[in-house]
Amino acid sequence: MTQTTTAPAPAETGTGQARRRVRVPDRPKPSVSVLTYVWLALAAIVLLFPVLLTVVGGFLPEGLLVRQPPGLADGTYSFDNYVNAWRQTVVPLLPAFTNSLFVGVLIMVGHLVTSCLAAYAIVFVRMPLRKPIFWLFMATIMVPYEAIVVPNALFIRSMGIENSQWSLVLPFLANGFGVFLMRQGFRQFPDELRQAALIDGAGHLRFLFTIVLPSVRPSLTALSVWSFLQGWNMYFWPLIISSSNNSMNTLQTAVFALKNNGNGTQQALVLAGVTITLVPTLLLVIFGQRWLVRGFMAGAVK
Amino acid sequence: MVGIHNVRKSPTSGVTSAFVRRRQRRQPLSAREVTLGVLFCVPALAGLGTFVVFPLFQAIFLSTRGTDINGNPSRSVGLDNFAELFTPEFGTVLLQTLLFTIFVVVVGLVLPLALAVPLSQRLPGMRVFRTLFTLPFAYSASAASVIWLLMLDPSMSPVNWALRLFGVAAPGWTTESPWPLVTVAWATVWVVAGFNLLVLAAGLAGVDQEVLEAARIDGATGFRNFFSVVLPMISPNVFFVVVTTTLTALQALGQVQVMTDGGPNGSTTTLVFAIYHNAFEYGNNDYGLASAQGLVLLIIGIALAAVQFGVIERRVHYR
Repeated sequence: MTQTTTAPAPAETGTGQARRRVRVPDRPKPSVSVLTYVWLALAAIVLLFPVLLTVVGGFLPEGLLVRQPPGLADGTYSFDNYVNAWRQTVVPLLPAFTNSLFVGVLIMVGHLVTSCLAAYAIVFVRMPLRKPIFWLFMATIMVPYEAIVVPNALFIRSMGIENSQWSLVLPFLANGFGVFLMRQGFRQFPDELRQAALIDGAGHLRFLFTIVLPSVRPSLTALSVWSFLQGWNMYFWPLIISSSNNSMNTLQTAVFALKNNGNGTQQALVLAGVTITLVPTLLLVIFGQRWLVRGFMAGAVK
Repeated sequence: MVGIHNVRKSPTSGVTSAFVRRRQRRQPLSAREVTLGVLFCVPALAGLGTFVVFPLFQAIFLSTRGTDINGNPSRSVGLDNFAELFTPEFGTVLLQTLLFTIFVVVVGLVLPLALAVPLSQRLPGMRVFRTLFTLPFAYSASAASVIWLLMLDPSMSPVNWALRLFGVAAPGWTTESPWPLVTVAWATVWVVAGFNLLVLAAGLAGVDQEVLEAARIDGATGFRNFFSVVLPMISPNVFFVVVTTTLTALQALGQVQVMTDGGPNGSTTTLVFAIYHNAFEYGNNDYGLASAQGLVLLIIGIALAAVQFGVIERRVHYR
């Protein structure tokens, strides 16, 4: 399945063919396959050229990059842009990197803790108002963040923590969607098991940590991936809260500052910066994509 | 895991659970358990209460405020901010938001669908292609905007170069109407298409092969097969894509701010960019007007959620 795209069709004929045909009745005709590959290859060129430009461009000298078309294949590659991007002090990237990491990890941990606890109470703890509380969480999902960003910004400014990393994450430690996601996971859990644990004398805490959480690992992974991406790629909030101070940038606002700073004279350097912001997200998209889809659709489609 | 098996397979488990359930129903609420439940809910409730629910009321209050000479929203201006929502300028902003959203949703659905369907065939290399097509989803709004600015930069644009090969003169992508809005919308599509492709591919993978086979025997082929058999079967995924993409488009800020800064002449100013611009950009501090515009966004968000909920309910009932 995962051979390269250039694997020739004849490789498929031969001894395995009969068995394959039984198992896979819908193998397309050769003419259809050729059309498929042509269309996919064309689409790949258009959609993936910017990715190629980002990654390769960061290794090119400015003169080779900024010409028409960019000399991606000219063979003069070096790490100079990365070194320069890291060394320049106008838009320092090291604090931006640690800020982004702080934001991504803290929002992830915050979502995990608040969502698991609340969802557990909603699903397993017998208490009044469980339904209204759940619907309150659901209602918060409907509120577009941009609708309340003004009062939140004024609030954070009035607290005087504008220049601390905490101002970047404080409003985002709890999330209604996270509660919903974990609640969907917990509800798959057989009720009998809860009752059995209760009879065995396991309290809620022990039940949560030793039985429930280990068995909903897929939901936990999905929420972690989603939350980290949310935090790492966040733009509006860091832009208004901290970007006036270049040491409080996240990588996302730093990339914008870097682009503005050069006035178009250091595009290769900017590309090196963009590539740095992409490293964790590319890894997550390549290796965590099934978690992303599963997590997102857990509640929304079923 | 062993535990789960034991309980499920145990011959007495049915009896036990029936017994427990009966006992549980009669049992009065235990104060200790309720306390624990409340404690568990407190972190999430405190976070969302402080930073979502409370600000909602604050936004309503702020929308009746004007900014004083010190930059504080302390003056009462009555409904003046809402009156500004009925001006032609704001009408243009809403129209641009609508056009932007329609472009992002339509192209952001059709393009990944046109990739997901061929990718669902059993051909070698399809998984590699699928992974490649999802890569743009790793880009944040600002990263994608920076890259597409370079892609369209007159001094190096590979796009312009390719167009010239076909004898087409490239327009000023970020300067000549109507291209700026299209450019910004395209950068948004480029990012969401990767995620939408994953969602649609997951739906196509779940389509029952026997149903397809039956349809083929009945003579359904090609486009007819797609529109009357495949598309209805993945309609939940399509619907999910439409809803999430609409929200993404409505909330897009980075693309506009980085690529065009709302211009030229405000021609790419969307609702969210207007909020940002009025309240924060270049030292602006019209928090009242921005809050009133935020309430418009809130109403749109709630309306969308209502539509979403209604459609899901109906689908469930039909089943």
